[in-house]
Amino acid sequence: MFYRLAGVYHTTYAGERKLWPVPADRWQALGVLALAVLAPLLVGDLYLSSYLLPWLVWTAAALSLTLLMGVAGQLHFGFAAVMAIGAYTAIHLTRAGVPFEFALLGAGLMAAVIGSLFGAAALRVKGLYLVMATLAMQYLVDWTIINVPAISGGAQATLQAPEVSFLGAPMTNGTVQYYGALLWAVILTVFIMNIKRTAFGRALVAVRDKDFAAAVIGVNVFKYKLLAFFTSSFLGGVSGAVLAFCYYEAVTPEQFSFDVSIQFVAMVLVGGLGSVIGAYLGAAFVLLLPIVLTNLVAALADSGVIAMSQNLQSHIPLMAYGGLIIAFLLFEPLGLAKIYDNVRNYFLVWPFQHTRN
Amino acid sequence: MTYFFELLINGALTGLMYALAALGIVLIYKSAGVPNLAHGAMIMLSAYFIYIFASMVGLSLWLAIPLAAVLMFVFGLVAERVLLRRMVGQPIIMIVMLTLGLDILLRGLAPGFLGAAPKSLNLGIGLAPIIVEGVFINRAYLYGAAVAVAMIVLSLLFFQTRLGTKLRAVSDDHVSSWSVGISVERAIGISWGLAGVSAVAAGALWGSAQGVDWTLSTLLFPAIAVVILGGLDSIWGVLVGGLLVGILGSVVPGYLDPLVGGGTRDVVTSLIILGTILVRPNGMFGREDIERV
Repeated sequence: MFYRLAGVYHTTYAGERKLWPVPADRWQALGVLALAVLAPLLVGDLYLSSYLLPWLVWTAAALSLTLLMGVAGQLHFGFAAVMAIGAYTAIHLTRAGVPFEFALLGAGLMAAVIGSLFGAAALRVKGLYLVMATLAMQYLVDWTIINVPAISGGAQATLQAPEVSFLGAPMTNGTVQYYGALLWAVILTVFIMNIKRTAFGRALVAVRDKDFAAAVIGVNVFKYKLLAFFTSSFLGGVSGAVLAFCYYEAVTPEQFSFDVSIQFVAMVLVGGLGSVIGAYLGAAFVLLLPIVLTNLVAALADSGVIAMSQNLQSHIPLMAYGGLIIAFLLFEPLGLAKIYDNVRNYFLVWPFQHTRN
Repeated sequence: MTYFFELLINGALTGLMYALAALGIVLIYKSAGVPNLAHGAMIMLSAYFIYIFASMVGLSLWLAIPLAAVLMFVFGLVAERVLLRRMVGQPIIMIVMLTLGLDILLRGLAPGFLGAAPKSLNLGIGLAPIIVEGVFINRAYLYGAAVAVAMIVLSLLFFQTRLGTKLRAVSDDHVSSWSVGISVERAIGISWGLAGVSAVAAGALWGSAQGVDWTLSTLLFPAIAVVILGGLDSIWGVLVGGLLVGILGSVVPGYLDPLVGGGTRDVVTSLIILGTILVRPNGMFGREDIERV
């Protein structure tokens, strides 16, 4: 009924290669995009800057990690460090007078170069050992940022983002910041959606499925693993810079700690490994749910419905976050994207359920 | 030179206590092939249990610690049965994330109900250091190291017993063990339980050394360095790896920290992990698995 379709039948090659074979999907995506563009008119400033904006930035970061973990199958537990490199590079470049547009590129390149060092470990090991290696590198990057005053900005270890403008629009205005984040999220979404249709993306998928087998059919595993780390770190670095300029407006090392790395992995996994819509859903889930839950618990406790100590109140989001990660892995390992897919499949043929095979 | 020996000896003793924290990870990885990143939180949980029994209920330590050990043995069994058994055959990232989820859950749970402020756990070890030829030795670390060595030797002996032989068979090959009538599920469950018991020993000693709060779960990081260096499935590796990580993590920061402003211990630990993985991924005593397409 909603999709107005009797099935997906391809009659042309062009039709088969379409990004959205079902027209209703395309209209949905355009509708969501239109809503996102109009959001500053539709919702209040508070919701825009404290919910929508971080959601978009974190989605961009999750999408960058999706390229590495979902498409190329390389595990990365130090992605926050990569973003930190991007954020600090962008801030130092703009402070030195480099235009913001070029600072973003610089941030991406710097993150990509250092991020490829993480990839050097991936050339030697995989699986669990790669997790440990990237985890160790996260600590090294953290320590370097904190202990080199030239990077972290001295004793206070907080570095203000200077006032910059992107293509003439000042990046200190809340609406402009929102559009900046939206633009980056859309660019990344389009990029990741299309990557599997390129030779590069197919090579990455081959490496993910079995690297030895990929090598046998002529994929240069060495090159593509490194390229996967390079590309994904580039995107992650730019996302870090966007995060610093659009959301935090100042950077401290704690914003990119190991826990944040775990959050990114959780976003990618809870959303659904390798799915674009999963990155959006996963980011919303991991980022916004604790905030919503904190508010809910606080409201309940204040109104006297349930009695609980301040201490328990402050730990409930942590418990819920851990518990939900476990629940997702146990009950829906394919993540929120799979749940969305199930609903979509249901409505695709509704009300003619018997046509589903 | 006294300074060096002080760093060396105390580092070696701390290292043995790290080895005790790492023992649980090895016990589980050896039989189940699961990297248990929640072990830090299990150590924290054990320390909280001992604290509950000893300070809140008022039992003597001789009762509190065995009680905690029983509880943690059950906790290990349940965690394996309810969580990990469903994950058999899933990609490693799912299993790693599951144990991290458990880690986060426990880190919220225990301080949430018992208060986040650090609690002291008194094992009756005096605070005064032992002084040998001008070298100050931390008494808590000395007793801790002794217990650690005892526990590691005990687990080595355990693997010589009938049950231990079964566990060794399981760690070699699940399918072959099944075919000769060993219950692989039970063996894996038991190794989780034993890891819980080793977490109690680690929790008691570390809890008395640095207080009981959520930071005990950060022991995971040095413990990972120990198991990576020693080999993920080798108990001897834990002993040697622990000594090396402890000594390097004490001597290097002892000389470098004043120069660069602190925190080099984490750097040394990170470099040990990275160096081991890049040079010899399976560690010093780990088993090397050959992969085929």
